[in-house]
Amino acid sequence: MTDTPLEPTRRDFLKIAWAFFGGLALVETAGVFIAYLQPRLAEGEFGSVISAGLVDDFPPNSVTHISNGRFYVVRLGDGGFMAVYHRCTHLGCTVPWDPAAQKFVCPCHNSQFDQQGTVENPPAPRPLDLFGVSIENGEVKVDTGDLRQRQSFESAQVVYP
Amino acid sequence: MTEPTSRPSLFERIRARLAPNEMPSDDRGRMRMVVDSLILHLHPTKVIVTSMNWTYSWGLGGLAAMLMAILALTGVVLQNNYTPAAPQAYLDILEINSNVWFGELIRNLHHWSANLLIVVAVLHLIRVFVTGAYRPPRELNWLIGVAMLLLTLGANFTGYLLPWDQLAFWAITVGTSILSYVPLVGGWLSQLILGGPEVGANTLLNFYAMHISLIPLAIFGLMSYHFWRVRKDGGLTLPKSVDQVEEPKPERVTTIPHLVRRELIFALGWFAVLLIFAMFVPAPLEGIANPDVSPNPAKAPWYFMGLQELLLHFHPLVGAIVLPGLAVLAIFLLPFFDINLNSVGIYFRSRRGRSMTLLAMGLALAAAPLWVVLDEFVLNWSAWLPTWDTLLSNGLIPLAVIFIPLILLDEWTVKTFHADTEERVLFIATFLFTAFVVLTIVGIFFRGPGMSLYWPWAMPAAH
Ligand code: HEM
Ligand code: HEM
Ligand code: FES
Repeated sequence: MTDTPLEPTRRDFLKIAWAFFGGLALVETAGVFIAYLQPRLAEGEFGSVISAGLVDDFPPNSVTHISNGRFYVVRLGDGGFMAVYHRCTHLGCTVPWDPAAQKFVCPCHNSQFDQQGTVENPPAPRPLDLFGVSIENGEVKVDTGDLRQRQSFESAQVVYP
Repeated sequence: MTEPTSRPSLFERIRARLAPNEMPSDDRGRMRMVVDSLILHLHPTKVIVTSMNWTYSWGLGGLAAMLMAILALTGVVLQNNYTPAAPQAYLDILEINSNVWFGELIRNLHHWSANLLIVVAVLHLIRVFVTGAYRPPRELNWLIGVAMLLLTLGANFTGYLLPWDQLAFWAITVGTSILSYVPLVGGWLSQLILGGPEVGANTLLNFYAMHISLIPLAIFGLMSYHFWRVRKDGGLTLPKSVDQVEEPKPERVTTIPHLVRRELIFALGWFAVLLIFAMFVPAPLEGIANPDVSPNPAKAPWYFMGLQELLLHFHPLVGAIVLPGLAVLAIFLLPFFDINLNSVGIYFRSRRGRSMTLLAMGLALAAAPLWVVLDEFVLNWSAWLPTWDTLLSNGLIPLAVIFIPLILLDEWTVKTFHADTEERVLFIATFLFTAFVVLTIVGIFFRGPGMSLYWPWAMPAAH
């Protein structure tokens, strides 16, 4: 009877090394494919900074749809600006503004949101998302690459000229 | 050197290689022919007579295979006239419908075969389930079947976007938004599949690539495996009548002509039905996709209408991810906890099984509509429990309200009928499946603008 060596043999070591590097190669290959499949965003399209217009184009207490940017410019009664993504937070339908009811009403499953985008009627689980707004030289600029999800309305979400 | 005069002509030699002179007249020759042919050798040389009974397998697996072949053929030629780019894709479909020889017929064939395939694959699954044909040694083939069914749904879903009309755009928008509710990785996953934050040109290209390469490749690979396993498992399970105790007698006949003749007649008949249907019923096409305007109502494809209905009643995490996930898991595991070999081949297991199936269907037909109406007009958990998280009030609580009666029902069948495991599985599965069919029908025919309930005959037009 031979006594078993306590230390791994050369053979064991090679086995483990092969398994380790083989596994590593698999993980790396998977990583390459996943990275390859990441979305590609082009400049100047949805996803970049879009000029919505001049501050004075938007009267207080108004909601204006900017179609190529997929958002509404909401100017609150106190003159503050918000850029509200027009996509319903429930399942992604485009939410039209209903001027008579002064609400966003989703045609798909009847979620309703007030002017600031907060939920008035489920099934939407959270307020409409926002884009970052900046005001430069009297021009309202919206960064459609800067999508902000939120759980409620806060005054910090409003930008003043 | 051989005599040149004794050689057959070149033409004769080619013909002889391609097709035999005459059909073999004896059984040995017929069996030899099956073995020698690539296509025919999917079959054994001899088949057991009763396994060919129409009213046992209903030919559903064969029909599914035929639909796959039609889809591959029509799909490949559709590619010649289709560009996966927005808005060109839509214009190409208009062109196919109006300016390509038989273009509309080919498109209709692809469309209707795809939809029929879902129905046929599900019916085939039901046949296999109610005859207990997934039990050992056929568990693996059941798993392969489930994988093919999921891939078929994937093919249908990716295909649905390709015409790039309003129907396509919004069904896929709603369908893929469900993904963003997957915990932790949801947002990332939906970005990956859409190729951006919302359905757009990248999505169309992604879906097209999946639709014409990865998914069909996987389906056809698995299908070959499925057929091979049917043979490895000793052919089909054999039908047994309900009180039969002894095993069925395996009396065999040659595959040619008995099985091949049936298959040809069956395929020809169904192909005629499909052709006539595709000639007279056009595949739907609406206006070009417009990301600014969601139609009202915006519905999912019909085969996801049951899921959509669940979404109206549950928090999306529960309705779209937990419940379907559990259902798929249960279907996968079915062959591993229902293994009584005595009732293989008997429709609905036993006389008691038959009564219990009917009872389960009746109960579900009553309970599911009742629940839809109650939940629509009476139950409003999120308003009753305003301080609770909607995942609890709109998800777990209604889930418990449904599952507790189901568990009680199961115990009741054990007490009242002394049902054994296989009959309990049959009962619960029948109940859940029937309820799901009811939800699908409600979604297709009873949901109108704003997803409110209407009678089908009083349905306002979509706008
Ligand atoms: C399981 C197999 C398949 C299923 C379930 C399936 C399903 C579908 C569906 C539902 C559509 C939309 C049809 C419409 O409403 O217009 C579609 C379109 C299309 N499919 Fe497939 N398909 C399958 C296989 C294939 C294959 C193998 C190819 C090509 C290699 C293909 C190529 C296409 C093309 C080019 C279109 C766009 C044309 C059109 O929309 O009419 N499909 N498919
Ligand atoms: C989607 C495409 C499918 C095709 C083309 C297909 C094809 C076939 C064919 C031709 C047969 C033999 C004849 C018959 O039973 O009709 C068969 C048997 C079988 N299939 Fe499928 N099948 C498909 C899907 C499924 C699904 C979804 C399941 C179950 C989850 C499944 C499970 C089985 C089992 C267990 C058998 C053996 C049945 C027995 O021995 O009685 N298959 N399939
Ligand atoms: S997508 Fe807006 S309510 Fe469902």
